[in-house]
Amino acid sequence: MSLFSEILQFVFTGLTIGSIYSMVGLGFNIIYNATTIINLAQGEFVMFGGLIMVFLTVVLKFPLFIGFPLTVMVVTAIGALFERFAIHPLRNASLLTLIIVTIAASILFRGIAMFIWGKDPYTLPPFTPGGPVMIGGAVIMLQTFWVLGTTLAIVVLTTLFFGKTIVGKAMSACSFNPMAASLMGIHVRKMILISFALSAGLGAIAGIVITPISLMDYDRGPMLAVKGFCAAVLGGLGVGYGAVLGGFIVGILESLTAGLVHSGFKDAVALMILLFILCFKPSGIFGSEEVSKIKKF
Amino acid sequence: MGKENRKALFILIICLGIFPFFIRSDYYLSIMIFVGINAIIVMGLSLLMGYAGQISLGHAAFFGIGAYCSGVLTVKLGFSIFTAFFCGIFLSIVMAMTIAIPTLKLKGHYLAVATLGFGEIIYVIFNELLEITGGPSGLSGIPSIHFFGYAFKGGWRYFYLVWTVAILLLIFSLNIIHSRIGRALRAVHGSEVAAQAMGVNVSQLKIQVFVLSAIYASVAGTLYAHFVTFISPSTFSLFVSILLLMMVVIGGGGSIWGALLGAGILTILPESLRAFRDFDILVYGVILMTILLFMPEGIFKGLILSVIWMRKKW
Amino acid sequence: MDEEKMVMPQPILETSRLRKIFGGLMAIVDLNFKVMPGQIKAIIGPNGAGKTTLFNIITGILPPTGGTIRFKGGEINGEKPHRIAQKGISRTFQTVELFGNMTVLENVMVGRHVQTKVGLIQSGLRLPGVKKEEKFVLETAQEKLDILGLTRRANEPASGIPLGEQKLLEIARALATDPQLLLLDEPAGGLNETEILKIGEIIRKIRGSGITVLLVEHHMDLVMNISDEIVVLNYGEKVAEGTPEEVKGDEKVIDAYLGVEIRYA
Repeated sequence: MSLFSEILQFVFTGLTIGSIYSMVGLGFNIIYNATTIINLAQGEFVMFGGLIMVFLTVVLKFPLFIGFPLTVMVVTAIGALFERFAIHPLRNASLLTLIIVTIAASILFRGIAMFIWGKDPYTLPPFTPGGPVMIGGAVIMLQTFWVLGTTLAIVVLTTLFFGKTIVGKAMSACSFNPMAASLMGIHVRKMILISFALSAGLGAIAGIVITPISLMDYDRGPMLAVKGFCAAVLGGLGVGYGAVLGGFIVGILESLTAGLVHSGFKDAVALMILLFILCFKPSGIFGSEEVSKIKKF
Repeated sequence: MGKENRKALFILIICLGIFPFFIRSDYYLSIMIFVGINAIIVMGLSLLMGYAGQISLGHAAFFGIGAYCSGVLTVKLGFSIFTAFFCGIFLSIVMAMTIAIPTLKLKGHYLAVATLGFGEIIYVIFNELLEITGGPSGLSGIPSIHFFGYAFKGGWRYFYLVWTVAILLLIFSLNIIHSRIGRALRAVHGSEVAAQAMGVNVSQLKIQVFVLSAIYASVAGTLYAHFVTFISPSTFSLFVSILLLMMVVIGGGGSIWGALLGAGILTILPESLRAFRDFDILVYGVILMTILLFMPEGIFKGLILSVIWMRKKW
Repeated sequence: MDEEKMVMPQPILETSRLRKIFGGLMAIVDLNFKVMPGQIKAIIGPNGAGKTTLFNIITGILPPTGGTIRFKGGEINGEKPHRIAQKGISRTFQTVELFGNMTVLENVMVGRHVQTKVGLIQSGLRLPGVKKEEKFVLETAQEKLDILGLTRRANEPASGIPLGEQKLLEIARALATDPQLLLLDEPAGGLNETEILKIGEIIRKIRGSGITVLLVEHHMDLVMNISDEIVVLNYGEKVAEGTPEEVKGDEKVIDAYLGVEIRYA
């Protein structure tokens, strides 16, 4: 394979995994925007998405078009319950405690997953059958297009949601000034609940589309969360589309490093990018310095 | 230091002193040794997080630096244990300053993430520098500690060694807390801008505390390496950093005694859950969530509040 | 006969062509003013006139965009806040910035930080000198609490005492640094009539002990009663400067305040 084809291959791999980081990052941003909490259990939503889908379609033999929405609904419910039972009761605790709670939840979710599914990885059949395609000498699996397509659809939908719908705009208002938002008649509690539910749903979608390519096991969450967070910070914490760009950049750089340099360093790439950004422009590519100073971290 | 602290210290020393007389099994002694090692790291973290209000999600890295310096330098280069120990401390200081100085202006989440990134990079280095660290298969043959021919090989000897160091560091920590520096730290936590206005050099103080906490972790690393005689990178992963963080928070972030309690609980708990096998992570998660939901200030404060509440009732 | 030599006293604080620009906004425009040692000088002006910004620049929280500030003859623009505190300027804050996680007494003890020097290692090892310094800090802190009448609150959490006392505590804390210049940012904000009278007395007492006072204040009665001189700012510029009598009658000042209701806290 020529160098060009190799690189193209890596870029596609990078875009694929980057899509997942993007969606995780988007999930982070949504919750962060509504609450300034960093939900370190975000990766577990992805994990649940993949594994529950496996259960529904492989074990219970539901067809794809039933399994998909059902899985998303279940994981969304998990996100909502999580908010109700773990976040809401602690809403007056310090930010650090809340971050720790999300860490504890991540452990709990992993425990549940390990209990139900054990430690083995599971796979899903690709959405459309058929062999890989050749583009410019690079071998691309069909599922990749599903991943990219889904990510694009999600980005468009969330942008519309936050920019155009009342609920979406209300959620943005909450993060800047919950008191004022509440005085304007926005039900802050509900907004927070919706933000968790929405993030969970996004995570689930990410998990479902990626499992046919890279399998899914109970322990995938933390790494995805860390990298998704890097993507969010790179793009600008709180800026929706920033996470998307951030995710792709992280994914591609990671893939190129693994392919061209040394696969062992792959996991460090996202973090080095993160440190680099934090040193030079903590507000990220699209973030605004003034805004990030105002918001209470 | 205050009368309360002196009393508590005294009780602790007595309890630890007589412990090996009652518990002779090497297994239980080694659990308490691990508690002691974790307690050392967590005391440093408590100063950083509970008092100065900074976050570190990468402290396992310093623990690892101490351990690997001790291990590598004694095994591969034949350094003496003391020299290796000080090298570990020195390297930790350097790395701590490298991390602390640029990230100083970051707050809250950003600082946490920067420390997380640092921790992960060190972890990758431990894994990848095969010739030096042995990579994922680890480094073995680390010598045990000996002073003047007396070997500390485990069991009650090592128990006393570790806990003597821990108590000394506890006294050091308590002294700091009840001094001008301790007040300055708490002031920074309370209101950085006011602390500055009162003449506290906030940047310098933050760096100092961060470096100090790194030194604590490095000391613990050395003690760990010479106890288990075999180390591998998995002991110094992100999971461990998070675990250390949880010890501080669950024990009681605002108090060094809370941190000790947290170290005790979160070291003993996973051991006792071994029996559960497939359930262990699940039970662990349930317990953590329960503690956080019912005692968000940490167990230490939770216990104190319960005691106060009970006194009121009766 | 001997000639009488006029010795001109040096201003303790002097700004020269001070400017601060935020983005497109000129918050402070070519400001020249001085404070003489032993004075009680007030800065007044409508909201947004740049008063707190001025304080933040003097104390080093914000860097000036241009111009100089001299304290006791030496330039302090661009210095960090803790260095300025070490030089002898202390302050209170418009919205109370107490150390809520500490007791009343501990808050004041932090104020003694500039006057003490025991470091990290020394404290940790409890080397000789630490105990003596701690005693010194405790005693002087208790003194300041006494002056402000807060002794009975000494061991209570600072966040739990009423606002009026919190404001007094901030002053006690600032006094604990043994400053030569004390900046008070709206000391009467949120206080009732009795409390305001008390603050006035305390400010006089402070000046009496040799400390120069520069205050920002909205409460006109207080300002007129205790100030030796008043500077009036509007839109970042000095509009008037002089004794209370002179300023009261100044048309530009009346203009600046026209239409603005002055409330008592």
